[in-house]
Amino acid sequence: MAEPATDFSLDTAAVLASEEHREAITGRSPWYLAWRRLRQNYIALAFLALFFFIVICCSLAPVYAHRVAHTGPNATHLTDKVTVSGKVEDVVSAGGTYTVQINGQAELRVRPAGPIGPTWWHAHGRFVLGADPLGRDVAVRLLYGGINSLMIGIGSALICVFAALLLALLAGFYGGWADWLITRFFDLIWAFPVILLAIALGTALSINGVHWGPIVIESGSLWIPTLVISYVLIPYVGRPLRGQILSLREKEFIEASVSQGARPWRIMIAELMPNIASSVLVFFTLIIANNILTEAALSFLGAGVQPPNPSWGTLIAEGQDRISTAPWLAIVPGLAIILTVLSLNIFGDGLRDALDPRAKVRMEH
Amino acid sequence: MLAFLVRRFVGMVLVLIAVSFIVFLIFIVVPGGDPAQRIAGRTATQQNIENIRHDWGFDQPFYVQYKDMMQKAFTNKLVSYSNQTEVVSQIKQGLPATFSLAIGAGIIWLFFGIVVGVISAVTAGRWSDRLVTVLALIGISMPVFWLGLIVRYYLAEGGLTTFFPDGGYVPLTQDPAQWFSHLILPWAVLSVLFIGFYGRVLRSNILDSINEDYVRTARAKGLNPRTVLLKHVLRNSLIPIVTLFGLDFAAVIGGGAILTETVFDLHGVGQYAANAIGSFDLPPIMGVTLFGAFFIVFFSAVIDALYALLDPRIRPT
Repeated sequence: MAEPATDFSLDTAAVLASEEHREAITGRSPWYLAWRRLRQNYIALAFLALFFFIVICCSLAPVYAHRVAHTGPNATHLTDKVTVSGKVEDVVSAGGTYTVQINGQAELRVRPAGPIGPTWWHAHGRFVLGADPLGRDVAVRLLYGGINSLMIGIGSALICVFAALLLALLAGFYGGWADWLITRFFDLIWAFPVILLAIALGTALSINGVHWGPIVIESGSLWIPTLVISYVLIPYVGRPLRGQILSLREKEFIEASVSQGARPWRIMIAELMPNIASSVLVFFTLIIANNILTEAALSFLGAGVQPPNPSWGTLIAEGQDRISTAPWLAIVPGLAIILTVLSLNIFGDGLRDALDPRAKVRMEH
Repeated sequence: MLAFLVRRFVGMVLVLIAVSFIVFLIFIVVPGGDPAQRIAGRTATQQNIENIRHDWGFDQPFYVQYKDMMQKAFTNKLVSYSNQTEVVSQIKQGLPATFSLAIGAGIIWLFFGIVVGVISAVTAGRWSDRLVTVLALIGISMPVFWLGLIVRYYLAEGGLTTFFPDGGYVPLTQDPAQWFSHLILPWAVLSVLFIGFYGRVLRSNILDSINEDYVRTARAKGLNPRTVLLKHVLRNSLIPIVTLFGLDFAAVIGGGAILTETVFDLHGVGQYAANAIGSFDLPPIMGVTLFGAFFIVFFSAVIDALYALLDPRIRPT
């Protein structure tokens, strides 16, 4: 069998490592070297650009709603009419009949009841992706839903990675009973039927909200899905990080730091953290992707973002019942999820290859 | 080995106790409405509600309630708060559908995951590898329920064709052909994510082990490439896949297929839990969560034992 030629940019590790000559890398910081490798990975960069494009589009939702679509995310247009290519049409048609001339014969046709389909740009920016059964503009709701989905995905990934990092530092640095306790905690979350628990928590919390002393979270708050989703993947990040810290803990530079009298928190922050920062960064990217999927699943089952507040998951759930008459309602938000998650996955892979060609940091579902 | 089994068993029991306790706490601590009121119905008087609260033990301290619930769970007396059906028998009713879905999908995703991984590793860098990698990434990035909805609409509900039956579950004992045709779409949908994921993991494992010394030795002694690939490289590369498969399979049985079951209306254990969650019914959720946690813990013990068989360097701990 021939040696594998890994010139494909989704798996650049071997190529990048072999291309680097000793002269070119001496005296350079690891971050510079990583950037140099990432710079050559056009596919990863293109998908990063796609992700930022999606983020920018979603954050411009109010502008689009106001200037282009002339409607809000929850504004209904049940009885309105819209001009598509010069013809006036109902936004939500009540159904009815119309006649067409076929070979000189008038033939009666039935127009199905239901919302208007995608008008693309034939209605001057209104209902570009069609309307839903309440006459709400799907494109506007898609962008506003994107804000919610992205905020929950990124927010819960931040919380998850931060908690996992903290636990891994404590477990790896102190060892002993702290390590035992934290490892058991990871095992416990791991053993839970994750989706079930997340759904149970999400539903329970979204009925009445949270009122524990000073902590008050209203029932429709985005904090509920964010917090529920954030704990789910803590062991997936925490376990490998703990392993890395355990082995770093035995290195000479930590010993040197200890013998100089550095306090534990100083060693953790100034010595250990920079050494696992690259793994943390890669995990962060991949966890955002995963959490966006989890948010969609929770919202689909009614345990995430609460209607009428849109998110990509709730939009799919709303489109579910109408799939035979208005398939775009479910298809469009699904495509948005795929593009976003795909861009993060591909960029995360490229980032991992660039930061450490020999790293074994992998996302496990 | 005996010490391993004993330790694992004790750990398993402890984890199950912890899991059940946490689920219980969520429902006690989190304000989700009064179960007594729900059992009594809308026209109940205050006295009725008080009676029910006393009869069902909702006025007891939470540790007594927890003990009662666990006792009921292990003596088949756990009943739902909302419709008073027995939880254990409901889970048993859902089992055939869930197991049919999980086992069939498991076989499909394991087989195609391995095929995809081997093809893309052997042809690394060529167009087939690129195509497979891109497809695998798209598969990983797709929401499973969305794929289910779209597939069901286009292939079963007449979007393109009505070739496949539209959801539902037919028991194997009743009509094997119908059983099979009803499960094709759910199997395929549930497998897509795993195929992509396993293919990618296996690909990188194979590429890693191809550069190992023992592979060079095997080639140097003149074995043909196929034997080297199948007997030396693949065997070692499959070890992590065994772990993944065990955990994923257990998770799918223990409620992980909740989305697929709901979308295709299979009436399995996951859908039972989903319905119970919708009506905020603690006993079924408790039952299904314990059931799921049992499978996850059990399978991870089985995997650790299997590991030692596959790789003699590893001793079970």
